Amino acid sequence: MSRIQARFEMLRQSKRKALIPYITAGDPTPALTVPLMRALVEAGADILELGVPFSDPMADGPVIQRSGERALKQGVGLRDVLGLVRDFRRGDTQTPLVLMGYANPIEAMGVETFVREAGAAGVDGVIVVDYPPEECAQFTELARRAGIDPIFLLAPTSTERRIQEVARIGSGYLYYVSLRGVTGAAHIDLADVAAHLPKIRAVTRLPIGVGFGIRDAESARRVAQAADAVVIGSRIIQEIEEAGAGQAVARVKTLLRPIREALDA
Amino acid sequence: MRIHDLPDARGHFGPYGGVFVAETLTHALEQLLAAYQQARRDPAFEAEFRYDLKHYVGRPSPVYHAKRWSQVLGGAQIYLKREDLNHTGAHKINNTIGQALLARRMGKSRVIAETGAGMHGVAAATVAARYGMQCVVYMGSEDIQRQAQNVYRMKLLGATVVPVESGSRTLKDALNEAMRDWVTHIDATFYILGTVAGPHPYPMMVRDFQSVIGEECKQQMPELAGRQPDAVIACVGGGSNAMGIFYPYIEVEGVRLIGVEAAGEGLASGRHAASLCAGKPGVLHGNRTYLLQDANGQILETHSVSAGLDYPGVGPEHAWLKDAGRAEYVAVTDVDALRAFSDLCHYEGIIPALESAHAVAYAAQIAPGMPKDRILLVNLSGRGDKDMQTVAERAGLKL
Repeated sequence: MSRIQARFEMLRQSKRKALIPYITAGDPTPALTVPLMRALVEAGADILELGVPFSDPMADGPVIQRSGERALKQGVGLRDVLGLVRDFRRGDTQTPLVLMGYANPIEAMGVETFVREAGAAGVDGVIVVDYPPEECAQFTELARRAGIDPIFLLAPTSTERRIQEVARIGSGYLYYVSLRGVTGAAHIDLADVAAHLPKIRAVTRLPIGVGFGIRDAESARRVAQAADAVVIGSRIIQEIEEAGAGQAVARVKTLLRPIREALDA
Repeated sequence: MRIHDLPDARGHFGPYGGVFVAETLTHALEQLLAAYQQARRDPAFEAEFRYDLKHYVGRPSPVYHAKRWSQVLGGAQIYLKREDLNHTGAHKINNTIGQALLARRMGKSRVIAETGAGMHGVAAATVAARYGMQCVVYMGSEDIQRQAQNVYRMKLLGATVVPVESGSRTLKDALNEAMRDWVTHIDATFYILGTVAGPHPYPMMVRDFQSVIGEECKQQMPELAGRQPDAVIACVGGGSNAMGIFYPYIEVEGVRLIGVEAAGEGLASGRHAASLCAGKPGVLHGNRTYLLQDANGQILETHSVSAGLDYPGVGPEHAWLKDAGRAEYVAVTDVDALRAFSDLCHYEGIIPALESAHAVAYAAQIAPGMPKDRILLVNLSGRGDKDMQTVAERAGLKL
């Protein structure tokens, strides 16, 4: 059983929902990435999503774009991100870790090299935003063999055929993008989440994470009524951006704790 | 499968092309493909398209034998396909008319576009005015500075020009931003992509709309020159004018297809935009193709004197034609393009766009070494009025 599966199994038994924060590796500085990851775990994160900076993040809104730009200015590439994962794993062998990013940095490293090194570094899952199922059969197979869960996105516009396909080749969890737009948009459509999740559950037993547009304890709590996991990215990065390097670690803890409490209430 | 039957059902040209987008865009692209396929089978759509190409754009554009300049060069005969004479001054309008008609069929009231130099933005704003649609054009803030006149043209035509401040603030970032707009406003919005790049069906669709260029040449060359050319030469940024003139010639044996990229300050300088000559395959903007990228897979900033060639990727069909050996790709520096620009002004009284001047420059390089009965057909994809500022500045003049 993978670390991600084990975590969801544990949560299911204790009737809790997963909290999945996202930060961009290298933002605000590479030195702060591991302390931020540990702070997120301390504040109640169940799984961490770590963004791999890319020069052309087509599916991301301005907040995550800027965080990627800050990381790229400091030269943070995919190999550096894997280095940060190894550093994190030295103090934490339990928390599942998912890399999220775009195809080109992976292809530039070489798909086989990437999955081998990511698996060895302690990566548990990978979300490649611009790899739809039909374009990444080889990648999915290699990832699975390296013990890495390939995690796919679903949208309100996903057809039933697409849901079935993603359920067949994906593992770990499914990531339901709760709105039409890019990451960090202001509002989540809770009615949409409530309407769509049953359609996905009819097809798969994989846990469902919901993200894009979740900003506070209240929206997280309401999403968690339907979902198995709540993903929060832009709101955390906004906090890091406003706090600056000196305060970032303390501020993300303060931000995440009430969300954890709301999920457990 | 014959080379010109591509792409396959999922938009692949050999290993290139495809649909590399987030799931949020998949459905919109499937709808677009279905609407496009249906439109192509509908004679009424074809008739509408041809009517506007004739009466609004002024097609067919002539092929012109540049006799005087050919004589000066002393070798092969150079013929120019005069896309510069189209309404709005470039080939871009062929595609924007096709896509706007499709948008109208799909009931979309709002169109968006990305633009670099502003030519595609102007062509999109033009057709939006023509068909009564709201138009938003994304343009990098760097490019807005460099192309103030085209920004004003777009505004005159009723479009909103949105400055893009992310990344390198140029064409590639404008394309990212247009995609983000599309995914956010997907119900009412049609994305008019300006080149043969992006996710399927764009590379195929834009090529099809632009193939009118090559189709006309295939008829015009026997009438004018008594036969088809020995080589067809076109500049390649994203590659839409080149695909448009190449595509009908792919099946014609003996016709060399030569794409000319921007070598900027020279391929060795690193300051260029020659993705096919100096890049390697990767994934950007929804397709797999040759890209200018660093060792970490980050996309590099490009350089060319011509803003329209300043793009770090290239249409996937060009990537395939290169690997398959059916087309050759070369690169021409800023300096050589500028020399060809002034030569064409002096010897033929034609002011070419700096983009097209790259194709002209390559013709000028190879023509002298060829016999006089050889024929080079150059796609003069646009006129140079927009480039006055740039050319004057390079000459140390202020307008």
